Amino acid sequence: MITIVDYQAGNLTSVKWALEELGHPACVTSNPAAVIAAERLIFPGVGAAGAAMRHLRERGLADALRDAAAAGVPLLGICLGMQILFERSEEDGGVETLGLLPGTVRRFRPSHPRDKVPHMGWNRVRWVRPHPLLEGLPNEMCFYFVHSYYVRPARPEVTLGLTDYADESFCAAAAADNLLATQFHIEKSGPAGLMLLDRFARWDGHAPPPRGEAAGC
Amino acid sequence: MLMRRLIPCLDVVRGRVTKGVRFRDNVELGDPVEIARRYYEDGCDELVVYDITASAEHRATDLAMVARVARAVHVPFAVGGGISGVPDMARVLDAGAEKVSVNSLAVQRPEIIREGARAFGSQCVVLGLDAARTDNRVACPSGYEVTIRGFRERTGRDAVEWARQAAELGAGEVVVNAVDADGTREGYELTITRLIAEAVPIPVVASGGAGRAEHLRDAFITAKADAAIVAGILHTGRTTLARLKAELAALGVPVRS
Repeated sequence: MITIVDYQAGNLTSVKWALEELGHPACVTSNPAAVIAAERLIFPGVGAAGAAMRHLRERGLADALRDAAAAGVPLLGICLGMQILFERSEEDGGVETLGLLPGTVRRFRPSHPRDKVPHMGWNRVRWVRPHPLLEGLPNEMCFYFVHSYYVRPARPEVTLGLTDYADESFCAAAAADNLLATQFHIEKSGPAGLMLLDRFARWDGHAPPPRGEAAGC
Repeated sequence: MLMRRLIPCLDVVRGRVTKGVRFRDNVELGDPVEIARRYYEDGCDELVVYDITASAEHRATDLAMVARVARAVHVPFAVGGGISGVPDMARVLDAGAEKVSVNSLAVQRPEIIREGARAFGSQCVVLGLDAARTDNRVACPSGYEVTIRGFRERTGRDAVEWARQAAELGAGEVVVNAVDADGTREGYELTITRLIAEAVPIPVVASGGAGRAEHLRDAFITAKADAAIVAGILHTGRTTLARLKAELAALGVPVRS
């Protein structure tokens, strides 16, 4: 059973339908005890970091997520859910986030009007290091993005995939231990997204530690 | 670099997808969910579903249909028709759509764009802009006028100016439907599409007139559109998304394969 964390930050329906199509049973909860007891967690999110963190703290979900992550539960953060796994976001005048991964979140500052914010649409992700979830996949794949902020990991080796946009090669996917995080909407990225989601749903949460010298974001 | 998006559009009348020059000579094509699923499997980047008779029939959007489409396609989709305020938008998004499209309503009450953007984020609010050529250069310096109610009513407002205002109010995207090109299969209306693309800082979707891959290339390259609506040529089986994308890739347009 996959547990989808509901914290009033966006539409969870599409995650549920994607899992249904893949045949993985899922439930939606906002109960911290259910998060701690989960076998596998999906932490989605659309919206603003400040409001999201407020909800997570008020409901006791912030601590529950930290406990589950520390216990080795496979955890997937999507979009805002990815950003919140890091330490701090500059959104809403600066927000302390969960701090499960070292790094910060900043806004795109394009120098050319061609690069619109939010970054919305299909873009290429270039995998930069091996990971059990990526075995046998092409080096580059297209996924669907909608976001104005992106993650800058403090340890570049957590970066799994990079995407070029607005003068940056930003971190589009990250992984460390039992955590996977995608800036793109894995649940809305067609067959490519579903394949990666299916792999996460079957993953045992183990990955060899990345080597220290991977490409940085 | 972002891929150029191909967006099939489903016009739904009384629960069935129809085709034809919009609002006239409609021919029934089938169940929206089955057709949405077929386009999903064929590689559509996004989808638009218009419940086109909802407003005329004074009813809200068919939410059961929206929910069934959401279950069938795993790419983003927008829904239009039957929206009369933020609560309707919330219901459509809750049913599983990513975006809500407003058209006549926004012309009559532009604040709906700001309200929707505040409540759900700009990325959820799409402006559908139905433009028609006009000789009235005094009211419409761009040469294009905003029309409403399925092109039936002219407003005397300049299309470019309206797009700019909608973007300032918080629209996240604008779909430029050109009445003069709609259903012709002779190519998109490049002039107004480009005028709007150069005037607004949000993505622009070209709509109306697609006949073949070169038309899409022209919309993307000449008219600077970020995405293009494709309807008739897919519905009739004249081409497929997979074929269009292969042709566009060969023409040098970045598309998701």
